[in-house]
Amino acid sequence: MVRDRSWASRLFDGLNYSTLFIIALATILPFIHVVAGSFTTVAELAQKQFVLIPTVWSLDAYRYIFSTNTVFKSLLVSTGVTLAGTLFSMLLTSLMAYGLSRKDLDGRNIIMFMVLFTMLFSGGMIPTFLVVKEMGLIDSYAALIVPTAISAFNLIIMRNFFQNLPDGLEESAKIDGCGDWGILFRIVIPLSMPAIATISLFYAVTYWNTYFQAILYLNDANKWPVQVILRQIVILASGLAADTSGMEDFVRPPEQTVKMAVIVVATLPILLVYPFLQKHFAKGALLGSIKG
Amino acid sequence: MSNAAIGNKTVTRQKQTSGLMRRIIKNKAIYLMILPGFVYFLIFKYIPMSGLIIAFQDYQPYLGIANSEWVGMKHFKRLFTEPMFFTILRNTLVLFAINLLFYFPVPIILALMLNEVRRAFFKRFVQTVIYIPHFMSWVIIVSISFVMLSMDRGIINELIAMLGLEKINFLMSNEWFRPMYLLQVIWREAGWGTIIYLAAMAAIDPGLYEASRIDGANRFRQMWHITLPSIRSVIIVLLILKIGDVLELGFEHIYLLLNSMNREVAEIFDTYVYTAGLRQGQFSFSTAVGFFKSIVGLILVMFANWLAKKIGEEGIY
Repeated sequence: MVRDRSWASRLFDGLNYSTLFIIALATILPFIHVVAGSFTTVAELAQKQFVLIPTVWSLDAYRYIFSTNTVFKSLLVSTGVTLAGTLFSMLLTSLMAYGLSRKDLDGRNIIMFMVLFTMLFSGGMIPTFLVVKEMGLIDSYAALIVPTAISAFNLIIMRNFFQNLPDGLEESAKIDGCGDWGILFRIVIPLSMPAIATISLFYAVTYWNTYFQAILYLNDANKWPVQVILRQIVILASGLAADTSGMEDFVRPPEQTVKMAVIVVATLPILLVYPFLQKHFAKGALLGSIKG
Repeated sequence: MSNAAIGNKTVTRQKQTSGLMRRIIKNKAIYLMILPGFVYFLIFKYIPMSGLIIAFQDYQPYLGIANSEWVGMKHFKRLFTEPMFFTILRNTLVLFAINLLFYFPVPIILALMLNEVRRAFFKRFVQTVIYIPHFMSWVIIVSISFVMLSMDRGIINELIAMLGLEKINFLMSNEWFRPMYLLQVIWREAGWGTIIYLAAMAAIDPGLYEASRIDGANRFRQMWHITLPSIRSVIIVLLILKIGDVLELGFEHIYLLLNSMNREVAEIFDTYVYTAGLRQGQFSFSTAVGFFKSIVGLILVMFANWLAKKIGEEGIY
């Protein structure tokens, strides 16, 4: 390809690169500010506000939040819910997606329509709440998992991925005497690891980030995941509300460094999986294309 | 004639049914795989949909749906006469307009800019960075904003104070709610939103650019006459989906920003449903509010889809 080397084109490139660089910087600076602030002292933060690299390093904020049980416990809850939820969701999603990928199946289109329709219309918050309550899930960790076990969007992406596997695979496996379960677990799933990894990570991020489900279904503050605790500490404690459940063992209002440390702790697991996510998601997000 | 014909028909139908039965039995493992997911959709999506009928009752939890009193359109009538209804409707429409006018074009512009970057390393760097916020929960996004905007030592207000101006109480103000909402939406979603456009742009034939350059088109003209028209159908599909979301607007996000000081501009349908329904126990009334919202959303998405087909685009279904 011949490159355009005119001065106008170079000027365009210069402006384009620098604008994009500034945008990237603006996106990431708030995170850096918060991480830096969490590793310094209250005094340092009070003296010079624009901390990006602290001059005084301190673990005080972290020592403080882990001296109480609240944050540690909520991290355990979030970890457990994320692991169990991802497993449960993947099991249900891949089984259903594989079933729906079989073109010869009677009733397939009806079930697909049933799934797609839920993306356009829903019973809404109250009727769903009543169903969850009827099933006795209130105040159980299962309430954070079961009512949102399958995302229609993830299901469709997976079905499309399975559908694009070569048909010959299944047929030759059948000739070799492999049943449907054998085909799924010994052929289809091993061949679909990139899609499975992507969708698992999407589910894991969703479970880690869940907060409103917990507010809706868990009255017992002892069971709250870290996102709800974060909300209590940072958002409600900003003087906006008097609700202090779940943070009895916190000095009120919490120091700025403490708030920052809790933000970091709630964000860290996502930053840790981000490189893996990034490797897969562009592929994954496009597997299904938006048309489904 | 008829007897023989009918007889024949029955025979064929019997054959068809037994064929169907045979196929179902042959595929029983596949149906078994679908079953758990099917049950999930039934219990957590379709039973709640049928639960919408409590919008026409005075639902009492201890009486259940079977024994609660039927009241017809009472709750809908109340909704339309409630002064709060117009506030909520206005807030929803304003936030929707903000979303459409000021957020929707941002990923398109970003993708156009990224598409012009030739250095693979720089492009990957920018993409890696701007996708990050999408994976943060709204609690994290809003928490970081609150820490930075707070009156008490927030970095933004310290900057304002340093410039000799008066500190602004961003978090508890009517005027600042909408800009703050928009900025957070852009921060979290704009980068991620570029993915689909970039993919569409990657599929454009490079020969088109080559030819236009020989004709003397500069970079802006190439964007305008080649890149943008090539992603037109993707833009339209995403626009329809956005319109379908008109009444959703990220409830989880707004619920975090909502407080007694900005309720006047921040209250939307879902936050109202939550407060009226679960906080105050008006199950039937708040279900009616949610029902109204869902129906309007469904109608809007169908309308947008119809419109797209009318102008010769594909639509989403």
